[in-house]
Amino acid sequence: MLTATDTPVPDRPLAPPPAPRGPAGRTRRKPDRTHPMWFMAPAFAILLVFFFLPTAFNFVYAFTDWSGFKSAIRPVGFDNFADLASSGTLFSALRITVVYAVLVAVFQNLFGLGLALLLERDTWVNRTLRVFFLIPVLMSALAVGYIFQALLKPEGSLNQVLSQVFRHHIDYAWLGDTRWTIVVVALVHAWKWMGLSMLIYLAGLKTIPEEIMEASRIDGASRWHAFRRLRFPLLAPAITFNVATALLGSMNGFDVVQATTGGGPARTTEILNIFIYRTFGQGLFAQATTMSLVLFLLVSLMAFPVIRILRKREEIL
Amino acid sequence: MTPHSPARRPASSMTGSVARDASFPTRLQPFAATALALVVIGIPLWLVVATAGKSRGEALIPDLTPPTHWHLLENLGEVWSEGEVPAAFFGSLLVVVPAVIGVLIFGSMASWILARRATRLNAVLYALAISGIILPPAVVTVVLLLRQLGLAGSAVGMIGVYMGIYMSTVIFFVTGFVRTIPTSLEEAAQIDGAGPVRVFFHVVLPLLRPVLATATILVCLYVWNDVFYAFFVVGGRLDTLPLNLFRVAGAGLYLNNWHLIFAYVILMSLPLVVVFAVAQRKIISGITSGAVK
Repeated sequence: MLTATDTPVPDRPLAPPPAPRGPAGRTRRKPDRTHPMWFMAPAFAILLVFFFLPTAFNFVYAFTDWSGFKSAIRPVGFDNFADLASSGTLFSALRITVVYAVLVAVFQNLFGLGLALLLERDTWVNRTLRVFFLIPVLMSALAVGYIFQALLKPEGSLNQVLSQVFRHHIDYAWLGDTRWTIVVVALVHAWKWMGLSMLIYLAGLKTIPEEIMEASRIDGASRWHAFRRLRFPLLAPAITFNVATALLGSMNGFDVVQATTGGGPARTTEILNIFIYRTFGQGLFAQATTMSLVLFLLVSLMAFPVIRILRKREEIL
Repeated sequence: MTPHSPARRPASSMTGSVARDASFPTRLQPFAATALALVVIGIPLWLVVATAGKSRGEALIPDLTPPTHWHLLENLGEVWSEGEVPAAFFGSLLVVVPAVIGVLIFGSMASWILARRATRLNAVLYALAISGIILPPAVVTVVLLLRQLGLAGSAVGMIGVYMGIYMSTVIFFVTGFVRTIPTSLEEAAQIDGAGPVRVFFHVVLPLLRPVLATATILVCLYVWNDVFYAFFVVGGRLDTLPLNLFRVAGAGLYLNNWHLIFAYVILMSLPLVVVFAVAQRKIISGITSGAVK
């Protein structure tokens, strides 16, 4: 897992070796007295009630006919899954979600790494620009979606600028293309979060000792060669964190897609959470729950291999 | 690293690639980086400010031209009074403040024990606790559960749901941090006869300040801007800023009123941008030290 156990904290004095202090009975206290387990009770109670219990409910209510139109809830077995599968919705939503998540992970990491390398030196220009690139991270994803909805309209600013650059009228509907709009929306999502990836890559770059870089320069290594052979492998923990969070986080995405396309055109950008939102609004609670369970299973199934592969790559390099 | 790092030495004794390395791209970098930032971030942000400053007619099709007359304050005022912003702002605060304080205190308490008592049971509990970082919350059934608990549509229910969702993030960051703190201070307090509650609140919690700053900003970021969970839990009952934006941006008052939508975006983003501007350096170092080990 993504543990942060070994985080170095340089400005803190290192732990002194446990000196034998006083009679043994006083230092070797029982952990139940000094660190009682009940301290964990509130956190785990909240997790249990508001996180694990609803998740467990998913496994129950996905197999019922729970809806907003009647009060009785009856078990129906796998009917919800069968209905969603036979209408093609299940697999198209799954495919769109995975495609979207992969695109976001790729774009967000390319942009984040590019920005980190570009703004790596600690000059005041770079420090200012880093803060600038963090503004989208602070903004609500919904707001970001509306901004790009305005920018990407057929008569919007992007097409106006492109028309002037190419001296040729362009009125392409960036958010109305059944094939390419999902790529555009993924780019918007990556735009919003690339500042955070940049920060984490910057921290990763800082862990690389300057002497190593200097040695490679003296040996006559080119910039590209030094990056490929020295820095890229040492960035592995940052890559693990960024790829895993971008990939698995965007599977649970909603705001950006809802505010730009609302799942359209022709439902080609309808990721699982958009489907859940839409069917919940229609009162089809069981269908929404079924998709919620599908999302949970999808993320769980992908989380373990993704993290294991990335960790393994870290070990090899 | 300083701007004039020792690597920038005369290139005469070096190979050609080193000379190229230190001079041309290095001098070009500030201009290229600034140009990139202006295009990639500046243009979308300018669109927001320019459109929010326009009259309704001018803003019908939002573009990058500056408004002929600035109406920014009028538009902000109109959104404030007609968009029910004060109520939504209060709703946001009502939910965000208790959720953030609660998740930080309860999360830190659990993290302290998880970090200090390395038993097999605690390893399992830790894995379970941080699984929520990645696993998606069950948004639909949580509504049903809240109804059964009598908390449907209430601020308390919303606070509980947010705490449940972001407890994992807090435990992940804080447990990692506690492990780097020496135990000697705690032991000294214990020898002086302090019980666990006293030790935690008077010794441990103050030491956690850096990591709590990070966790605060991360959780605030998510909760302040959240619309998805709020829609399911309190939609239609309690207004928060994002929920209000979401509702009105689609409906009558705001239909094609881009100047009002973007004025709203400015109002909603300001609090976080201000907080960030004040505590920028601390936040950046905190976020990054937790993620890269």
